[in-house]
Formats: sequence, C-alpha cells, structure tokens
Amino acid sequence: MPSMPPPAEEPVVGPGYTYASVTEKISAIVLTRRTPRFWWAAFSTAFLFFLLLQVAIGYLFYKGVGIWGINIPVAWGFAIVNFVWWIGIGHAGTLISAFLLLMRQEWRTSINRFAEAMTLFAVACAGLFPLLHLGRPWVFYFLLPYPDTMRLWPQWRSPLVWDVFAVSTYATVSFLFWYVGLIPDLGSMRDRARNRFARALYGMLAMGWRGAARHWHRHQIAYLLLAGLATPLVVSVHSVVSFDFTIAIVPGWHSTIFPPYFVAGAIFSGFAMVLSLAIPIRKIYHLEDLITMRHLDNSAKILLATGLMVSYGYLMEIFTSWYSGNTFEQYMSHNRMFGPYAPVFWSVIFCNVLSPQVFWFKKMRQNIAVLFIVSIIVNLGMWLERFMIVVGSLHRDFLPSAWHMYYPTFWDLATLFGSVGLFVTLMFLFIRVLPMISISEMRELVGEKEEEAAETPAGGVS
Amino acid sequence: MNSGKQYWRSLEERAQSKEFQEWVHREFPVDASIWEDEVSRRQFLKMMGASLALAGLTACQMPQEKIVPYVKQPEEIIPGKPLFFATAMPLSGYAMGLLVWSYEGRPTKIEGNPEHPASLGATDALAQGSVLQLYDPDRAQAVTEAGEISDWPSFFNDLDAAMADQRIKNGAGLRILTGTVTSPTLSRQIEAILRKFPAARWHQYEPVNRDNIRAGSQMAFGEIVEPVYRVDKADVILSLDADFLMEGPGRIRYARDFANRRRVRNGQTAMNRLYAVESTPTNTGAVADHRFSVRADEIEGIVHELSGGSPTRSWVGPVLRDLEAHRGSSLVVPGDQQPPVVHALVHALNHALGNVGHTIIYNQPVEARPTDQTESLRELVNEMRGSKVDLLVILGGNPAYDAPADIPFAEAMTKVNLRIHLGLYQDETSWLCHWHAPETHFLETWSDARAFDGTATIMQPLIAPLYEGKSVHEFLAAMLDQPGRKSHDIVRETWKLDDNRWHAALHDGVVPDTKSRQKNVTLRKFSAPSSPSHSGTEIIFRHDPGTYDGQFANVGWLQEWPKPLTRLTWDNAAWISPVTAHRMGVENGDVVELKYQGRSLEAPVWIVPGQRDDAVTVHLGYGRTKSGRVGTGAGFNAYTLRTADAPWFGGGLEIRKTGKHYPLSTVQHHQNMEGRDLVRVAPIEEFIRNPSFAHNEVDQPSLYPGYAYTDYKWGMSIDLTACIGCGACVVACQAENNIAVVGKEQVAKGRHMHWIRIDRYYEGSLESPDTFFEPVPCMHCENAPCELVCPVGATVHTDDGLNAMIYNRCIGTRYCSNNCPYKVRRFNFLQFSDIKTPSRKLQYNPNVTVRNRGVMEKCTYCIQRIESAKITAELQDRRVHDGEIVPACAQACPTRAIVFGDINDKASEVRQLKAQPHDYGLLVELNTRPRTTYLARIRNPNPEMKT
Repeated sequence: MPSMPPPAEEPVVGPGYTYASVTEKISAIVLTRRTPRFWWAAFSTAFLFFLLLQVAIGYLFYKGVGIWGINIPVAWGFAIVNFVWWIGIGHAGTLISAFLLLMRQEWRTSINRFAEAMTLFAVACAGLFPLLHLGRPWVFYFLLPYPDTMRLWPQWRSPLVWDVFAVSTYATVSFLFWYVGLIPDLGSMRDRARNRFARALYGMLAMGWRGAARHWHRHQIAYLLLAGLATPLVVSVHSVVSFDFTIAIVPGWHSTIFPPYFVAGAIFSGFAMVLSLAIPIRKIYHLEDLITMRHLDNSAKILLATGLMVSYGYLMEIFTSWYSGNTFEQYMSHNRMFGPYAPVFWSVIFCNVLSPQVFWFKKMRQNIAVLFIVSIIVNLGMWLERFMIVVGSLHRDFLPSAWHMYYPTFWDLATLFGSVGLFVTLMFLFIRVLPMISISEMRELVGEKEEEAAETPAGGVS
Repeated sequence: MNSGKQYWRSLEERAQSKEFQEWVHREFPVDASIWEDEVSRRQFLKMMGASLALAGLTACQMPQEKIVPYVKQPEEIIPGKPLFFATAMPLSGYAMGLLVWSYEGRPTKIEGNPEHPASLGATDALAQGSVLQLYDPDRAQAVTEAGEISDWPSFFNDLDAAMADQRIKNGAGLRILTGTVTSPTLSRQIEAILRKFPAARWHQYEPVNRDNIRAGSQMAFGEIVEPVYRVDKADVILSLDADFLMEGPGRIRYARDFANRRRVRNGQTAMNRLYAVESTPTNTGAVADHRFSVRADEIEGIVHELSGGSPTRSWVGPVLRDLEAHRGSSLVVPGDQQPPVVHALVHALNHALGNVGHTIIYNQPVEARPTDQTESLRELVNEMRGSKVDLLVILGGNPAYDAPADIPFAEAMTKVNLRIHLGLYQDETSWLCHWHAPETHFLETWSDARAFDGTATIMQPLIAPLYEGKSVHEFLAAMLDQPGRKSHDIVRETWKLDDNRWHAALHDGVVPDTKSRQKNVTLRKFSAPSSPSHSGTEIIFRHDPGTYDGQFANVGWLQEWPKPLTRLTWDNAAWISPVTAHRMGVENGDVVELKYQGRSLEAPVWIVPGQRDDAVTVHLGYGRTKSGRVGTGAGFNAYTLRTADAPWFGGGLEIRKTGKHYPLSTVQHHQNMEGRDLVRVAPIEEFIRNPSFAHNEVDQPSLYPGYAYTDYKWGMSIDLTACIGCGACVVACQAENNIAVVGKEQVAKGRHMHWIRIDRYYEGSLESPDTFFEPVPCMHCENAPCELVCPVGATVHTDDGLNAMIYNRCIGTRYCSNNCPYKVRRFNFLQFSDIKTPSRKLQYNPNVTVRNRGVMEKCTYCIQRIESAKITAELQDRRVHDGEIVPACAQACPTRAIVFGDINDKASEVRQLKAQPHDYGLLVELNTRPRTTYLARIRNPNPEMKT
C-alpha cells in the first residue's frame, strides 16, 4: 500500500494531541473562543468588496455588458479571465480532498476541509461570471436542455454547453463531498454547542448523526465513493474549460496542449491559493500544530511540480507556433512576447515560471514569508496568464484591420475585486461557523499516531 | 352600491342566502370571491391597475401621432409592400437622380435612379445619409423670430411690410442669397422677383464651389462652358490634383465609367490607365496605376511641362508619351481646387491631344446663372457693410459659418435691417437673423434640379412635411404676392408638360430632352498669368467626405461613417505626413496650432501616409457651433483659416505643437497587412502570364459529405479592381438594415456597428505608399466557425447557404465573434438602437428587426430582399432571376464592384465572376469556405515606368 515514508521529516500533527484536545481545539474556534479582531477587520473589508460586486452587478444588469472594456475583436474580457481563474483555484480543493484521499496521502487531512470550502466558494465565484457576461442574462436558461415549445435544444457542438455541464456537475459534487465530510463534525458541534439556536442549526445540518458504527461505516463508503466521483472532475472540468479556447480557431487558443496545461495550471493556482489562505489562518488561530510545516512543504513541492508543467506548456506553445510554420500562430507568439501586452507575458513568466523555482530549496519551502509571497505571486501570475490567453490572443487575430486594444474599465475591476470580496466573505463566514479542520479525520490521525506509538505496524487508514 | 334601484333576480338573491352565495361561487368560482369580498376586490383593482400600468409602459414607446386606418385603400399602396418614387437629391445645386423606397408613405431608403445619368442606379454616402436627415429631430421645426417660436402669418406680415418698402425703392435694398441654382423653377421665381424689383440683387455662394472651372473656361474659351468627361472613352487618364471619382457633380457616373474600363473578365485584358498627380492623398490617387505626389502649386508647372515645356520630373516624359500615344482617347482632368489658369491650360492640352469631342465635351452651363461665387459674396458683404442692404433673404446655405475668413459675412450681416433665413436647421446663420423659417427637406417637397450634364429631374415629395416647413418655392411665391401657392403648382407651371408627359417625367425621374446642348468652343489665345508659387508649408482645404461643407454635420450615419482614407469618425483632423509627425514629435490626436495668414486654429493631427511633408490638409465642414445634438462641437472649423483669394490651398502655413491632446476615434488601428495575403494585387502583365496568380482554393478533406444545395445557393463577388473605397455601401447597409449609431466614445472602444466595412491597407514606403481598399461583409462561410461555437444555435446555416443570425435566440455570449476570423460580427454592448425618438423610428426598415441590447448582429446578404424576391418568384411560379436580388451594398456601389446572386444558376453573373481565374477567398486556408470571394486587384502600370 503506497504510503508516505515514515515521517522522519515533519509530522502531520503536532505532538501531544489526544482525541479530546483535537476536538476542543478545532471546535473552540467556532464555539467558545472570542472572535479575533482580525476576523472582524478582514470580514468587513471583504464584505465591502462584496457590496461593490453587488453594485457592479446591479449596474451591469441595468446598462449591459458595454460597461466593461470589451469590444470587437476582444469580446471576452475580465469576465472570462476571472471565470477561468476561479475555476482553476477551485481545483486544488478537489485534488487535496478527493485525489489525495484516494492516494492515502494522510498529510492532506488538516487542510482538506478548508481547501474544499475554498473550492466551493471559488466555484461559486466562477459560476457567476458566465452568467454575468451574457448580453442577455435574463435568458440564460437557453443554455439548458429543457423541453421548450419550439423544441429548441442547446447547440451541443459548442464547448460553452459542455461548460455548463462541467461546471454545474463540479459545483454539485464539490458541495456534496464537502457536506458529507462535514456531517460527523456537525454532530460534534451540535453536541458541544451551548447556544440553543446553534444547537438546533448544527443538529439540523448533522442530519441525525449519532456516531454509531453503522453511521461511520456508511459515511466512509459514501465519502470514498464521492471521492471517486470527484477525482475525475479534477481533470475533466478544467479540460472542458480549456475546450472553450481550443475548439475555437483563434491563434493562441487553438492548441491541443491546452487540456493538460490548463489542469496543471489549475492545480498550480489552487495550491497557491491554499497557501495564501492557510498561512495567515494557521497563524491567527494558532493552528501550527495541525497545519504543520509538513503541509506547507508538500504544497510548495506541488507548486514547484505544477509550475514546471505550466512552464513546459508555455514552452511548447511557443515551439509549436514556430514549428507549425503558420503565419498567424507565429505572429501570435511574437505578439505575445513583444506586442502591446508584452508586459503581461513577461510578468507571467516571472510569476509562474521563475518564482516557484525557489522551492527547489528546502530552506525556502520552510520559510513562511517566502511561501506566502510566492503563493500570492503565483495567484497573480495565473490570473495574468488567463488574461494573456483571452485578451492577448483576441486582440490581434487574422485581419489586421480589425485589431483593437482592450482596456478594462472601473466596472471590470469592481467585478474582479468584488468577486474576491465575495470569496473572502464566504471563507470568513465558513471559518466562523464551521470547523475549518476536519475534527473526525484529525482524530483518526491522532488515533493512528497512538497506535503507531504502541508499536503496531502502520496499516493505513481504515 | 346603493344608488339607484336594486334589482334582484330571485328571492334568494334578495335574501343574500347562503345557497345563493354558493350558487354564485359555483357559477363564477374565481370572480365571485373577488367581487363579494371587499378586500379582494381592492386587490383585484390593484392588480388591474398594475397590469394597466405595465401595458401603459409598453405603450410609452408607441407613436404618439394620430393614426388613421385606410377606409378605402389608396391605389398602389399595399401595406408591407414598398413603393419606389423617383426624385433627385441636390448637392451644391447639382442633382443626383434617386429612387426612394416608401413604406406606407414613409421614405426609408434611398437608391440611385438607373435612368439618371449622374447616378446610373448608384449613390454615394451622402445620398444614403440624406434620408436620416429628413427624420432628424433637431431640424428646425417652427418659424422663429429672434430665437422665439412664432408662426408663418406673423412672419409673412413682417416680410410683406419689408417688401412693400422695397417696392417703393425698386428693390434697391433687397438681396437674395442662394447656393448654386440649377433648378429651373427656382431660377424662374428669382428672375420674376428681379423683374419686379429691378434694383434687387441675387447672389450665389457655395463654400464648395466651381469658381475655378468657370473662370478656367472663361479664360480658355471666352465663355463659360461646363466640361463633361467621357471617362468611358478614355484609355489613358491623367488627373491633375482631381479627385474626380469622389468629388464634383459627375463623380458617380465617372466612377462607373472608370471601373467599366477596368473589368478584366474572360480573357479580356484591356484596361484604362490612370495617372494621379496630387497634392494630398485621395481615393482617386489610391486606385490610380501611378500616383505622383506634388505640391498643389506645382501643378501649374507640370501642365506647362506637359504642354511642351522641358520636363524636370522624370515621370512627365513617359506620361506625356502615353497621352500622345492615345490621342483622342486620353483625358486630362484638372482638379476643382486648382486655379483657373490650370483649367485653361488643361483645356488647351486636351485640345492639343485631340480629346475634345471624344473624351471631353463642352456643354452649355447647367447653372441658371453662372456666377463667380466668391466675388458675388464679397460684393454682397461690401454692400451690407455699406448699409446698402435693408432686406437680406438667405435661401438655404449657412454663410455665417462657411464664408471665407476674409469676407466677414457674419459681421456685415448685422448692418442689415431685416435678415431672413430659410433653412433645414437653426444654424449659425439663423441665429444671426431676425427670422428663421424652416425649409422642407428635399424628400418633402416638389422641386426640380439638373444634373452635371443638364438632365433635369422633377423632384417629388415622398412624405408631407414632418414639421412646419415650407419649400423655397412656396417661400418665394409669398414674396411674389402669391402666398399659399403650392410647390406642386409652381413646379408644374415651369415645365408646361401635359399630364402624360408630366407623369412619365415623374415616373422616370428624368425629363426627356433636357440634356445641356453641346457647345462648340474655340480655344482662344490667353496669356497665362502664372499664379505666384508660394513657399513654406502648404495648407490644403478639402470638403469633408462625410459632412460635405457642414450641411450633413447632424447626420449620425455620416458622422460615424469612417472616412475613406483615414477611417476616422466623428471628427476632422489636420493631415500631416509621418515625417512631419516625427519631426514635431506628435502622434495622432495631438493638437497643433495652425497659423496661416495671421489667423490661427487649433486642430488635432492625423498622420496620413502619402501626405507630403511640406503640406497639411484640413477638411471643411466641422466645428459647427449651432448644428444639433450630433453635429455641434464635433471637429474643428477649417473655414476660419480659409480665405477668398486662396480657397483651396496656400503657402506659408506655420504649424506648432501645443502639447494638448484631443481624442480621435478611428475604426482601424492597424494599417499594415503584416505580410498576409489579404489583398492580392498584380499588374496586368503578371495576370496575363499567370491568370490564377491569386487563386487559392484549398479543398480540405472532410469526413462528412458537404450539404447539397439543390435550390438556391447565394454568393457574392467583390471586385477589388473596381472598388474605389468610396464607402457608399457602408451607409447604404446602415440605412437598409437599421444599424445603430453608437457615438464617438463607443467607436473609440471598438464597438461601431457597421456590417460591411472597407478595410484600407498601406504597403510600401510611408512617403508614397500603395493604398488598398477591401470591402469586408460577412463571408457566409460554408464551414462557419461562428456556428460551431454558439451554445444556443442562434447562428445557423440556411438551406440556401446563408449564415443566418436569429436575434431572438441570441443570449450574447459573443463566442461567435471571437471565433470569426473576419471579425464581421457586431455586438450590441449597450442599448445602441434608438427606440425612443419618434421621428427616428419612422426611418426604420419595417422588414428588418431593430436589435436591442445584448444581441449579436452581422451582414445577412440583405435577407429581407432575398426573401421578398423569393416570395414574388414563388407566386409567379418561377425561379428568382439573376440580378433580381440586389443587396443594399451592391445597389449603392457606384462601380458595381459588388455582385450578388445564385451560384447554382449557371448563367448568373456571380457565378461567372467566381469562375474568373483571379477569384480568391479571404483566409481560405482556415477551411472556412467563404461565400463572399474577391477578384484580385489588377493594375495597369505603364511598362515604360516600371521601377
């Protein structure tokens, strides 16, 4: 059974933890400990941005997508960039929780819960954009296959239709997986809550969880099955998203390397976001024992690995455009590097290719500040990469007469930062009302540790 | 409830018994409760109120005018079926024959009149735009006295009093100012006034006038004649600073004749040859086989060289040899902007080349009274300043705005006791007048006008005046003590035609036998006073292609119409050469100060390849201060630099950078083809060597069998040799297809809506580049990339091969546009269509959906015309004839560069054209299989001058 070599390195949980102390430590954040000032400050700031998003959306629906900087030829702008970026961020959550669960990577345990929450909220943010970017959002349901009197169906050859299914499936499965994982913890919360209202709420959400052996048995099976369902989504969703581009004939989009390159990019950006979130949270809530250096170190390694894959993607794009001998492709690559949006390209190279290289060094992987800064840089870099692909390809395609620049407007920026506000708002609400680390799974881990201590050979997770 | 008698139907009802209540419930299960229950009834009323309010909301957009149903349907009018009426559009006095579409009495679209010699069925952008001017809500709507709304009776009272005064003085204080008059009726009326008031004077002034031509013929022949070119008979044409394809009363005819001699078809390879010598880039220069850039003041010297002087320029010799080799079939055209002496010398040159009577003929003047207009205006101003004028009647025109800067018309006007302006708009001149009287649009009135060759057209009204306007004829009738006479009667009186001939003339749009008589002229000896050549930077004045002299400033279509060479919209700009720009360190839109003859003007620059380094070209017709919501404030007013002695060019311009910037909106930011094979060009020799030099059909394999088009299969062919880039198709398409105007800011953002655009590319050096035009409508690809990616199937292929757009289904993902390699799709990013202005709505083509916000749109090959023809054909149990369907772009095209038809029809013209060896498709390597294909541009350079 494949398992990490015995942790000669950092442990995945700090020493001296028992079942009780784990439960206490995690649940107290929600139930008994004072809400830290930081939470209020961050939450209210994020909420302000969320309000900005609402204003931006209100104005958008009132006036139309013309409030953004999009035009002909750049008919897709920030909305699609943001969509791809958020979807990508979501991927790390699914990868951590489902894929690593199946691979029995026990180090995932303490970060999977909030990584999953992150997925859910990122998908929620992502899901907004395809609707917002429609010229006539009030008829969005034309995208769905519903029995209509004109017997009209979506046009199945269009990747946008595949997108609808990919993203909605992804949102559903992510939610189920997250929720099913939460059920035992919701039971614990219900039992520990003092407040009547909280008890009733957690009780309702716990769906009658009693911790009986049969509950555990079925829960585990359901959880594993969902993990099995979710795992292919890690690959499929972003592949489908990449089809939005590859199916088109636009130079810079029409490329067979996109599916794997998008998936790698998604995981890359997702892990960056995990780090960006985990580092401050573990500091503020003093969770260094639960989210240990081991987690951060592993995340950094994944960043490095996926960063290299993404770099390979960049390299191959340039190589194939040269090798194809196709004028339009060659011009596209040249324009990307030296055209009006060249700063974007070189920033992407710096952020996504160069900056993760520091993680070859253990010292850097262990340096919280470096980890945090690089994770932010990668997040930025991945957003810019999508900008480079979407805008950088559209603004100069086949007929030079139609070339035109794209400049974002205030409302473009408001929508982007507003969606970040929405994401952070949801994230902070989650931290406040739900156990951000899986209590049950941490207890399992502690249990295993005790067994290990009793010289029983490691036998994997039950 | 309790007023009046209460009737009851039964005892139970009277008793309001429980059983009765139940019965009511059973009978009217829903309503009963509502009516019985107090609260619910109120709710019901509220609901009703709300739905009424909703109904009312939608009704807000319904027309407010009273509508009257046809009790008896008038003969000929079938609702939904257009009628065509022949009329003419006067521009600077000269007529262009038109056919106007009319739907239930609303003119919606203008076409050329095939019977009319100045049109031959084609139009230009201005004619296309004139129908929007008709419905312009900013037109003058009422008589105003000093800016206050008044009425016609009060005005006529005032006028009558003033005329009574004049009668005593024999009209010594009466002055009438008009533009160029070719209208027999108008001149008849003015002459009548002059007879009645012998001391009165009639002045004429047009800012874009033909003074030089008149003076030139006076100089050469001792009399004023109207030169008419027979471009169709010319094998070699030399244009001396003449943009004869785009300017002047015969432009459309000349363009057709020019293109007809360049159609390389079925092995026929004879072409005419055009040399363009010009001081500033023009369309004529762009399509010429050779273009030479000279200073405007050097033209005179060049004519001398051509007339036997010793050539100093290397190209003069070969050009002259070529002209001489084609004696009798060559043609030298002097530019309207060139001084009289150039015209006179060119008359002599054409005479020497034996062209007179062949490629150039001299006619009786078309104008009713040919006048040196600048002098005429100067005289009027002098008299006004001398307080000799009591009553000034300005019939049309806007002299306060467009008079030369050194003839202070506006200032002199204030010395006149009573100033009256009849005009379409409350413009700069109206505001300086005591009275402004609204004039009818040419589509609203009876009138007449003559074309460049003298052919007269009786103009018929297509619609009753929308506002309180009166025609110039009615106005003059009132001055002649015949108030209330109708234009129709006045015009009819002029022509003295019997009913049959009158109807025939109206029907055809031309009055038979009205062509000007040819005149035999004899060249007389004239001393050519060499006009002083000037030094320093030259300033060149041209009228704007869109606003003309300023009269179309408030027409949104023409403002947003990309000017042919700069592709600039909504503004004019000072053209400077790339070298000048580099030297001054300015970029497009940087404001410079132009100092000329002590006057100065600030204007943004536009860098134009091919512009001379020592010349700046400015366009008249912008910088209006009193125009309307569209035209006021756009651009800068070049009239403020223009003087009477040098109306078209002059030397000694100083240009200084100001450091300011003015945003300009263009629709094309990239002028270079980047080495892509977009416009394919070859000289005729290469075509003869390798006829299929451009052909590029790529038959890419497919796993799927192609669709078999068993019925019709529409297609289009665009001949790049014929296209002169005039842009008439762009406005025609806009008019036909209800395309919205988006405004300057939106154009700057890249959101203009034109369905067909004319790409303009440069190649070669910046100093003398080759200029190429390429009209790009939707290609209606067989393998349309847009169709594949639409998630809702809003763009699909029809069984006759069109790439159709279903607006109702479109949700606006814009994916189709991204995937369109030709970028011909246009998106309604905002609510661009005007659905509120009542008069604007009248122009909309009822057969084309007005698109609202959030939907994609694009060229449909004018599907409404296709369907209408198909229905007609089906009713008559036949197939659609070739040429029966003409899309708006093809119909407007002066050179017939665009041909549409059924590719399945073996005899169709479009099929013949697509079978030509130089037919090629744009970007066919993408396997789009476009339906619109191009005929490569073939040029006919002089073999002797090959560089």
